[in-house]
Amino acid sequence: MPHTATEPRTGKTASGPIMELRDIRMHYPVARPLPFGAKKVLKALDGVDLQVPAGQTLGIIGESGCGKSTLARILSGLEKPSEGQVLFDGVDINELQRAERALMRRNIQLIFQDPYASLDPRMTIEQILLEPFEIHPDLVPRARRRAKIAELMELVGLNPDHLSRYPHNFSGGQQQRIGIARGIALNPRVLICDEAVSALDVSVRAQVVNLLQDLQQELGLTFVFIAHDLQIVRHISDSVATMYLGKVVESGSYDRVYEHSAHPYTQALLSAAPELRQGSSTPRELILLQGDPPSPIDPPTGCRFHTRCPIAQPSCAASEPRLDPLQGDHAARCFFPGPLNLGSG
Amino acid sequence: MSATSTTIGPGDGAQAVDRAPAPSRGAHRRWWLRPRLAISGTIVLLMIIMAAFPQLFTGFGAGPTENCDIMLSNQAPSAAHLFGIDIQGCDYYTNVIYGARASILVGIVVSAIAFAIAALVGAIAGYFGGWVDAVISRICDMAFGLPFILAAIVVLQLFGQRNIWTVIFALALFSWPGGVRFMRSSVLEIRHREYVQAARLLGAGNRRIIAKHIVPNAVTPLLVLQTLGVGGMISAEAGLTFIGIGLTPPAVSWGLQLAAARDYIDAAPHLLLFPAIFLTITVLGFVLFGEALRDEFDPKGK
Repeated sequence: MPHTATEPRTGKTASGPIMELRDIRMHYPVARPLPFGAKKVLKALDGVDLQVPAGQTLGIIGESGCGKSTLARILSGLEKPSEGQVLFDGVDINELQRAERALMRRNIQLIFQDPYASLDPRMTIEQILLEPFEIHPDLVPRARRRAKIAELMELVGLNPDHLSRYPHNFSGGQQQRIGIARGIALNPRVLICDEAVSALDVSVRAQVVNLLQDLQQELGLTFVFIAHDLQIVRHISDSVATMYLGKVVESGSYDRVYEHSAHPYTQALLSAAPELRQGSSTPRELILLQGDPPSPIDPPTGCRFHTRCPIAQPSCAASEPRLDPLQGDHAARCFFPGPLNLGSG
Repeated sequence: MSATSTTIGPGDGAQAVDRAPAPSRGAHRRWWLRPRLAISGTIVLLMIIMAAFPQLFTGFGAGPTENCDIMLSNQAPSAAHLFGIDIQGCDYYTNVIYGARASILVGIVVSAIAFAIAALVGAIAGYFGGWVDAVISRICDMAFGLPFILAAIVVLQLFGQRNIWTVIFALALFSWPGGVRFMRSSVLEIRHREYVQAARLLGAGNRRIIAKHIVPNAVTPLLVLQTLGVGGMISAEAGLTFIGIGLTPPAVSWGLQLAAARDYIDAAPHLLLFPAIFLTITVLGFVLFGEALRDEFDPKGK
């Protein structure tokens, strides 16, 4: 794969970010065990800066509980962050007036993890797919809507004759295709996939991922692809961000992050994933992390990863590293970025 | 990543099995094979027809207060008069049949009103939460604190002339708090479902979300609860009328017949027997019907 780090893999032209997160914090109050106890907050996201490049796919990886799904909900506008800005085309989506927000809704859509739960069980597929056009009646004239949803069905590889069926009549993969059809109905520019294929069978997963890639080329979509399945992220992403305990610890183009990972957490994540590609430079050394991730209610001082980090120094507990640029757009939140040398090989 | 691609290379998925379950999935037994639903459904249907068209059951003959002969007062059942004769000398079978209308009407209308109030108010409380929910829930708590029958008696006392609509009004006034709480808890569960969030992402407003997604998905348990409540409302009407605070003559109802029979229990026990049997069967029919409906809508029950 002889291409440079800055050039997107799929040949999609890179331009400025379509979405940008600026110092996003999401704090949830936690119920106190005693009425006089100290007030506690769960810091699901604690200062996230992220740029979503237009027309490309940004993969977000990290273990459960690191704030990936909260990030998806904030990006899509389902939740307002406690602090920080969510910019779409340079405009903060949470500052918009009612009418502008309705227009904004069309631009950002979310594909959910559980395909069945995301479809109203009492609606036919036709009703489900007509809903976007009923909410935004100016988009497609009433007479054209049935033809439009038939087109959508074909676009996602479903039989338009099945419009009168209910969600439970479909398989998981087909249900997710319906969810995708609904997601792209309003011609969004950004599609956020929150573990969109994790609930599917491995074989069906491939079909849905391929469908998403086809749609991206056909419709010029920007993807934010959130997953814990590293293989899928690597398959689809142009750039990657690694999250740990509510912070982005490493970000950059796909090649830099995968081939030259600088943060020990990213390296541990990648080493835990089965390596299937043949001819890969050198087999990764397996890095096993000790223990569970610390609680986001009471995160460690200094670098949040120091409690589990194989190369932690005493200074790591004292102050927090910043997300420092290494090369190009590649950045890592570590005092000692670079390939791990554990002294064993 | 060409030929040595991972499992998610293009084409790999083409052979994957991604087949939908057959549309007729699940062994749905025919409804008439389920005895409780069939029997209770028949009773309910029969009683509703009786309430709507009592003439069908009395051979289009004389009405309840026609063709009466005071000389035959309190006569025991005979071939000519299957249920005997009442105090006024009228055919008791005709009277009991015509008595269905008041009971059924009260039961169904009160339950329907309670259902409508509970569906709307409960959905609003559960969906919006916060102070809206707090206000509605406290009002429900207060209404719950009142003993139902006692409250209905107090309200009915305010009316000098009582007819079927005043009874319906008094019962409906205090019949909704249970349903509101019930609906609220179903809505609390449903409002966080992903399809609700999906609708919000598409730009749907609160009114649309409540009407199209929340209520249709949350209303089934409430429907069952209120069907179970029809029997209770029929008993309440009969009870209120029996103690003289419900319907008054010349209305015809099972409660009134029971009240009148009270004084002749030795001389004419049939006056007590027949309306009591009809009342019991009707209440039982509605309760069983509600339970059958609940099992019908419960996917785990299958």
